[in-house]
Amino acid sequence: MSNSKPGYTATSEVSRVRAKRTLWENIIRGLRSAPPTALFGMLVITAYVVIALFAPLIAPYGESEVFPIPYAPWSDEFLFGTDQLGRDVFTRLVYGARNTIGIAIMTTILAFTIGGGLGLVAAINQKWLDQFLSRFVDVLMAIPSLIFALMLLSIFGSSILNIILIIAVLDSTRVFRLTRAVALNVVVMDYVEAARLRGEKLGWIIRREILPNIMPTLVAEFGLRFSFVFLTIAALSFLGLGIQPPTADWGSMVRENAGLIQFAEYDITAALTPLLPAGAIALLTVAVNFVVDWFLHKTSGLRDE
Amino acid sequence: MHPILRTILQRLGLGIVTLFVVSVIIFSSIQFLPGDFAQAILGQAALEETVAAFRKELGLDLPAWQRYLQWIGGVVQGDFGTSFSGRDASGVDRSRAVVDLIAPRLENTLFLALMAAIISVPIALILGVTAALYRNSIYDRTVNSLTLISISMPEFFVAYILILFFASLNKVFPTLANISPDVELGERIYRTALPAMTLTLVIVAHMMRMTRAAIINLLASPYIEMAELKGVSRATIILRHALPNAWAPIVNVIAFNLAYLVVGVVVVEVVFVYPGVGQLMVDAVTTRDMPVVQGCALIFAATYILLNLSADIVSIISNPRLLHPR
Repeated sequence: MSNSKPGYTATSEVSRVRAKRTLWENIIRGLRSAPPTALFGMLVITAYVVIALFAPLIAPYGESEVFPIPYAPWSDEFLFGTDQLGRDVFTRLVYGARNTIGIAIMTTILAFTIGGGLGLVAAINQKWLDQFLSRFVDVLMAIPSLIFALMLLSIFGSSILNIILIIAVLDSTRVFRLTRAVALNVVVMDYVEAARLRGEKLGWIIRREILPNIMPTLVAEFGLRFSFVFLTIAALSFLGLGIQPPTADWGSMVRENAGLIQFAEYDITAALTPLLPAGAIALLTVAVNFVVDWFLHKTSGLRDE
Repeated sequence: MHPILRTILQRLGLGIVTLFVVSVIIFSSIQFLPGDFAQAILGQAALEETVAAFRKELGLDLPAWQRYLQWIGGVVQGDFGTSFSGRDASGVDRSRAVVDLIAPRLENTLFLALMAAIISVPIALILGVTAALYRNSIYDRTVNSLTLISISMPEFFVAYILILFFASLNKVFPTLANISPDVELGERIYRTALPAMTLTLVIVAHMMRMTRAAIINLLASPYIEMAELKGVSRATIILRHALPNAWAPIVNVIAFNLAYLVVGVVVVEVVFVYPGVGQLMVDAVTTRDMPVVQGCALIFAATYILLNLSADIVSIISNPRLLHPR
């Protein structure tokens, strides 16, 4: 073209535009475009994280400190009353945030390490290993995961470590399927082939070529998996087979205080006591789902509309 | 052979193989029990001979594959073995057959699941289809947000909120779903109302979202666009072009959610102390009553597999492209 100046390159033009926005500005821009539901979700998640991290500072009493009055009503001394053993419900709610969320996060990370790693390997291998892993996952997924988890817990007993391992392995099947499916689309791309021909090592190809392309899907899946794992663990604890006392945990708190709901007509606050931990669980999963919903919308133009 | 028949036979074969592998997994779970569980169940005071007799009854002197054949042979004939509970050190055996424990409860669980399904399927389909048709309207957004919230809630939270409003504050329904065989149908429905409502609320949300996604997916296909462009009326597009292709995804959604019901009943049954298989399984897991756990797990897994299998087959049969091969 005649009007192009000497020394003009496309890169310099692009880099000028790109340099205009810092990371911080990008975040602000992203937040501004977020719908109210997503903002609400982020706010709730931040609050939960703060409470979980600073639990000992926020809680007025010790995690399993027992007071002489069981089922005390709501008062200034005990904000949400005490439970069946006389432990402060508010304190246990705060510590419960730390335990319940912490265990769910660890389980999800483990599930992603197992499922994501094997999924990538299967997508790249595409031979007998892929066949073997896929069929194995098919069989594992043929059993409903809560039922499978119950069966395994009856064999190995319910300790925190066992719960994390069992749920992580059962949940990694779904991560495996998704990772394999999205990675398969990327593996066949020409740039991966080019990198291979260049003589790049497998680790480099995974890190630099495949992962960046499947990251948005995996991040969204992480949110969804987290809420699923969180609900499963809560359900197990509620059934009395999950996190065991005296560790404060929301699922078991609902179970222990469920009887109070019968007294709603005499004292509505007593009936609310078992609903508080259940509501805490619901609020967090709702928040995570809102954020994931928005994130999916943002990263993939393919979805729905 | 007609290609459809071949695909169906393939699916059936695959289903049978899956069932077999799952039964092997469930059977082998007992192998992983730590230590000598014959001794653990009968207690420290048990005599040598009692323990030995119990081990022999369990077939622990046989190799694993023989025991598997015996077990699966029994299961096929409706014999799931005998429960571990009710045995004691003196050798007196008051244990009951697993099948006697499961059978009456299975009926209750199926009743509950059926009731939830009858209420939820029509509601979910209507909501899902209308939300997809009026996509991005205020109606769609409201229904979408509400169902997202309802999906995120643990079943027991929904259950307790219902109890709070319909059983505790206003005594409309009983809190405990106390069902026995001699209860009449009307009374039975009345007592099962709250558990069924809980399941409905949870499942409608899932089903509605999946129906909506499936229909939107369908409406985006080129032949729908073609019909729109050539000026076909909206009703004709939906009835003649969309609906025949929509049966498969819709049936899939229904079957998937009925399978989901299978798992959902466990927690709901425990909340309402409903005498079903789910509660039996939770009790058995707490007491490590392995034959009962295995029996329940096998029933749940088999229902789940069969539901998914029938969904597959219906979607194959209803697929117009497969029905009229070129």
